[in-house]
Amino acid sequence: MKIHEYQGKELLKRYGVAVPKGRPALSLGEVDEAIRWVQKETGSEVVVVKAQIHAGGRGKGGGVKVAKDFADAQAKARAIYGMQLVTHQTGPEGKQVKRLLIEQGVDIDRELYVGLVLDRISGRVTVMASTEGGMEIEEVAAKRPEKILKQQIDPAVGFRPWQARELVYGLGLRGDAVKGGISFLTSLVQAFHALDCSLAEINPLVVTKQGAVMALDAKINFDDNAIYRHPELNELRDLDEEDASEIEAKKFDLSFIHLDGTIGCMVNGAGLAMATMDIIKHYGGQPANFLDVGGGATAEKVTAAFKIITHDPRVRGIFVNIFGGIMKCDTIAEGVVTAVKEVGLKVPLVVRLEGTNVELGRRILKDSGLNVLAAADMADGAKKIVEAAQ
Amino acid sequence: MSILVDKNTRLLVQGITGKTGAFHTRGAMEYGTKVVGGVSPGKGGAQAEGVPVFDTVAQAVAATGANATVIYVPPPGAADAILEAEAAGIALIVCITEGVPTLDMVAVRRVLNHSRSVLIGPNCPGIISPGKCKIGIMPGYIHKEGDVGVVSRSGTLTYEGVHQLTQLGIGQSTCIGIGGDPVKGMDFIDCLERFEADPGTRAVLMMGEIGGSSEEAAAEFVRTKMTKPVAAFIAGQTAPPGKRMGHAGAIIAGGKGTAKEKIAALEAAGIAVARTPAEMGVTLKSVLR
Repeated sequence: MKIHEYQGKELLKRYGVAVPKGRPALSLGEVDEAIRWVQKETGSEVVVVKAQIHAGGRGKGGGVKVAKDFADAQAKARAIYGMQLVTHQTGPEGKQVKRLLIEQGVDIDRELYVGLVLDRISGRVTVMASTEGGMEIEEVAAKRPEKILKQQIDPAVGFRPWQARELVYGLGLRGDAVKGGISFLTSLVQAFHALDCSLAEINPLVVTKQGAVMALDAKINFDDNAIYRHPELNELRDLDEEDASEIEAKKFDLSFIHLDGTIGCMVNGAGLAMATMDIIKHYGGQPANFLDVGGGATAEKVTAAFKIITHDPRVRGIFVNIFGGIMKCDTIAEGVVTAVKEVGLKVPLVVRLEGTNVELGRRILKDSGLNVLAAADMADGAKKIVEAAQ
Repeated sequence: MSILVDKNTRLLVQGITGKTGAFHTRGAMEYGTKVVGGVSPGKGGAQAEGVPVFDTVAQAVAATGANATVIYVPPPGAADAILEAEAAGIALIVCITEGVPTLDMVAVRRVLNHSRSVLIGPNCPGIISPGKCKIGIMPGYIHKEGDVGVVSRSGTLTYEGVHQLTQLGIGQSTCIGIGGDPVKGMDFIDCLERFEADPGTRAVLMMGEIGGSSEEAAAEFVRTKMTKPVAAFIAGQTAPPGKRMGHAGAIIAGGKGTAKEKIAALEAAGIAVARTPAEMGVTLKSVLR
């Protein structure tokens, strides 16, 4: 799960991570008060107006502006609010800005990078730090890997003070910034663990001209598997940032991802669902979605899945590919029949069933009188749906 | 022959009194697996599915001589169940549970690194040696006794591959679903190593997917350490970057972990890679010698 920068900063602050003073504005009506609050808190006229969308590269896309006074800040907030912000992560259509962060202006001396990620090879949380702040870490890793300092956290002993010192001295921090840097890293690691993060990236981490170390940006993702431990985090979800059909799918505990193609897919199991997309592409089609109905799908879930798929106007054909294990083919067949009767069928439907109770499942489809094309196997099904959806 | 499980496997079921645990315990018994007991804290002394239930794993091991365990405990207690089994000295731990928090698994992995127990999963279908022992949720009847090892990060895609093999008359020595989570127990290499050493296995089919670098590591292992032929398939060639494709581990992050990179690494190691998921069986057949 992803959250906005301002939400990330508010959370980090609770764990003692230094962040600039700031206030979100969730509508244009909240802008003036936010600007005044920041000006009052800092005693400075200068504020920064930052677009809040779930994508990086906002600055380069024109979504972050420094304003010299109140009127300037108002004008810049109005310009950014509602704009269609295009960054390298939004796709060419961009994302509409519906939230702003008004923040204190900071005198930057140095821009650094710090990120906490899970290293899958060692199975440990790893703290990465780099002097190349502001650059994408993937780019640094590709071009100048020696510029990335790493410390793996041993879960038995936690993040040690010596590891913080290694990183802080490695980044070349001096004077007051040493203490500030150690405190920053320690607090960030604490927040990562306390909140079950899957990513905590501070880019840039800045050292101010006054020697303070603080997070100028914050990208925080949470482990979806651990959200149950932090029900309060669900309130930070911004549904505007999520695909409507993906939200609907989540209600039925379906794993769904919207894609650009024309062939809707309904599959059980994530690996088989990906493989089904692959084989559709192999035969010249384009999948409209990834959809894993899961291992224990009921007729009700199948119906919901069917509705979500058919709701997409671009879908010109549907391919149901089920390998029944725990899930029985007759359950799927019944679900498909119910769904078709309920929502109608305007596009070709190819069904491939294999596994537990396959004969029963096939018979249910055949006896239903519905216009369902049966497929002998995966390849046959993919060929048939690509052809039918032409 | 087989790896990790055989006719001498004596299985415990942690979470035997839950709906899922009970259902799959019956399935394992019907297949012929020796289920010797169950664990369900607070229900010690009872019977479930015809076997005794214990409050703790240690008690169950002492009373039954179990040497393997399967975990159907819900996510909040799954990591603890693994650690309890490890502390009781069980050699093989299979965790089926989906949705275990990653940081829980980070702690589990730390313990397992210094342990004689091996873990399969979590978030996996389990392990089966056709005709001998079935631990997990896979449909037993699609398998056939034989000499091809199967290892996969997926569930139903594994069934698909196994089914294709069986249709071609090619049986399996052992099939392992290692699971789709980013931090887990056994990885491809751990399985390949055992298949290489197993006299009853003469070739291996592996199914990988996008995300992480396990397939690349496996390719390197095959190139340098394996004599037996390997065929492979990688799912997710059409997956967009940055999106989690169902499995927590199946995500292309920062341009890394793409199917293209993985296929290139596998082919460079001399592994035959199936172009489509419908060709997993025939691709494996083509490397048999």
